[in-house]
Amino acid sequence: MKVDLSWIDYLIMVIYFIFVLGIGWFLRKFMKNANAFLEAGRSIPAWVAGLAFVSTNLGALEVMGMTGSGMKYGMLTTHFYWVGAIPAMIFLALFMMPFYYGSRARSVPEFLKLRYDEKTRGLNAILFAVMTVLASGISMYALAILMENVLGWNFNLSLWISALIVLGYTYLGGLSSAIYNEVLQFFIIVIGLLPLVFLSLTDIGGWSGLKESLAPIAEARGYAPDTLTTTWRYSGNPGSNPLGVEWFGILFGLGFVLSFGYWCTNFLIVQRAFAAESKAAARKVPLIGGLPKMFIPFLIIVPGIIALALFSDPSSGFTLPLDASGKPIYDYTIISLLKYYLPSGVLGLGITALLASFMSGMAGNVSAFNTVWTYDIYQSYIRPRTADEEADGKHYLKVGRLSTLAGILLSIASAYIASKFGNIMDFLQTIFSMINAPLFAVIFLGMFWKRTTGHAAFTGLLAGFLMALLHHGLTIPEGATTLFKGGWIATLHTYPVEMAQNFWTAIIAFAVSSSVTVGLTFATRQQKSDEELSGLVYSLTPRELSDSHLPWYERPAGLAILVGVICIILTIMFW
Amino acid sequence: MVDIRIPIGLMFTILGVLITLFGLFTKSDAGMYEVSLGINVNIIMGVIMLIFGLIMLWFSRKKKK
Repeated sequence: MKVDLSWIDYLIMVIYFIFVLGIGWFLRKFMKNANAFLEAGRSIPAWVAGLAFVSTNLGALEVMGMTGSGMKYGMLTTHFYWVGAIPAMIFLALFMMPFYYGSRARSVPEFLKLRYDEKTRGLNAILFAVMTVLASGISMYALAILMENVLGWNFNLSLWISALIVLGYTYLGGLSSAIYNEVLQFFIIVIGLLPLVFLSLTDIGGWSGLKESLAPIAEARGYAPDTLTTTWRYSGNPGSNPLGVEWFGILFGLGFVLSFGYWCTNFLIVQRAFAAESKAAARKVPLIGGLPKMFIPFLIIVPGIIALALFSDPSSGFTLPLDASGKPIYDYTIISLLKYYLPSGVLGLGITALLASFMSGMAGNVSAFNTVWTYDIYQSYIRPRTADEEADGKHYLKVGRLSTLAGILLSIASAYIASKFGNIMDFLQTIFSMINAPLFAVIFLGMFWKRTTGHAAFTGLLAGFLMALLHHGLTIPEGATTLFKGGWIATLHTYPVEMAQNFWTAIIAFAVSSSVTVGLTFATRQQKSDEELSGLVYSLTPRELSDSHLPWYERPAGLAILVGVICIILTIMFW
Repeated sequence: MVDIRIPIGLMFTILGVLITLFGLFTKSDAGMYEVSLGINVNIIMGVIMLIFGLIMLWFSRKKKK
């Protein structure tokens, strides 16, 4: 399973490393205070922040995971994009960004503090800080183990080198450096994976050839012949598609709860829009990001589907490493494809694309972690602001830099924990995914219902999380072998696949937290005055000046329609 | 603060030239391009990257004037 790289492949990687570090080095002289370092001085143009917005989401786990899912579920994986991302991105841009950006909050936890109270912020800030460090550790581990098994690189060496490069440019240039590099990384990922898409599609005989090769595979599994190359056609009941979820679960679980929870409340993503140069620019950020986002399935999912056709045809010579139970390890799909199709030269480019995706994801985590740590934990509980603004700016800059270093070191530590206790890390990730859905319920209610109170929001967050945990403890996916997958209290219900269990966990978390928040709001008194809530709540915010004098592509609503229409066309084309 | 098109343009121009040249030098090596269905993807991708890099640089210059 090893592949040999030649000098040219390493040279391409080195050139890429020089450029990412160079951007950080160039930006270091602009980092005069905490505001410049942690918020990029709110000066980033919309198109730059928009590409960074998708790029930071396009981390190593996304690329490896989505190609693997393409191989597992076929074209149904596109639900994670066309229904599981685009609607939420449009909603964030049109309806939530005005309040996020207009509040002048520097982070999502800080928004919770302004809208609700200190305890809601504290809860969210601490959970978020732990979650980001864990997530970046897990992706670091996943990448290093991949490089070890396929390229024969030393695990420790590749882990430390990739971490130190990310540390280098985020320590020097802060959020600006992370964002500008994410744009560069975005283009490297797209261009680096392009030859793979082109060659694999040519090899299989185009889209029609792919359909033909997959028909017998789908039939052998008991599905209709075109199940793996269509999206909605067989979502009438969970048994007729490999995802194991019916249309309601997809639409409500993935398309609403999971996706709105992730795209509208995850600070790591939203921070890119916070850094935009104006409120109008901030509203365009998720929409500009949405345009390339819709086409990423063709870059990473389609090759994964082709891998399934190759894998099922012994004469192709395409193999994947197998796990202990003899099943292919789907995370290795992308690198196995790169090795299978690419000669030296473009192979180095493809591997650089994987490294770039890892770095964009990790820099996103680190730059969100240092902001939440510095503003929401350190500035709130350890050393509050003083009267001297300038000295404060310097002090918090130092803290921001040190927390960048600490964030990277903690990520490395969690990567080593993941290498020892993989199951526990998976379990922790499942648990943290239960935080987002309640958070969306609480932020949404806060923005659109002025009565929502702090006590209700705090209790709603906790209740949603605990009920999700309880649901996970009482249900299992079929064939689960460890208690980490669920059923650690008792088994009341068995889901056909893990995906279905995840969707329903999120739906329950959302339903519980929104009903608890609404119920308790009626039972508690609003602590905030209408003046305090102005700019944070829809009904208490003065109407913006109309932007109808601008051309349609400069207006958020115009861009939103464009993104929505393309997304609908794609959905119909691959129905 | 910085025009990101300049470093992106520079990097892709350098990588484009490098990969195109590598593709030209390895043109006669049929064994090497067996994996890529006999297509010399290095020349194709190298040229695409070079064009992309130059477009980025051109846009960044145009803006300044």
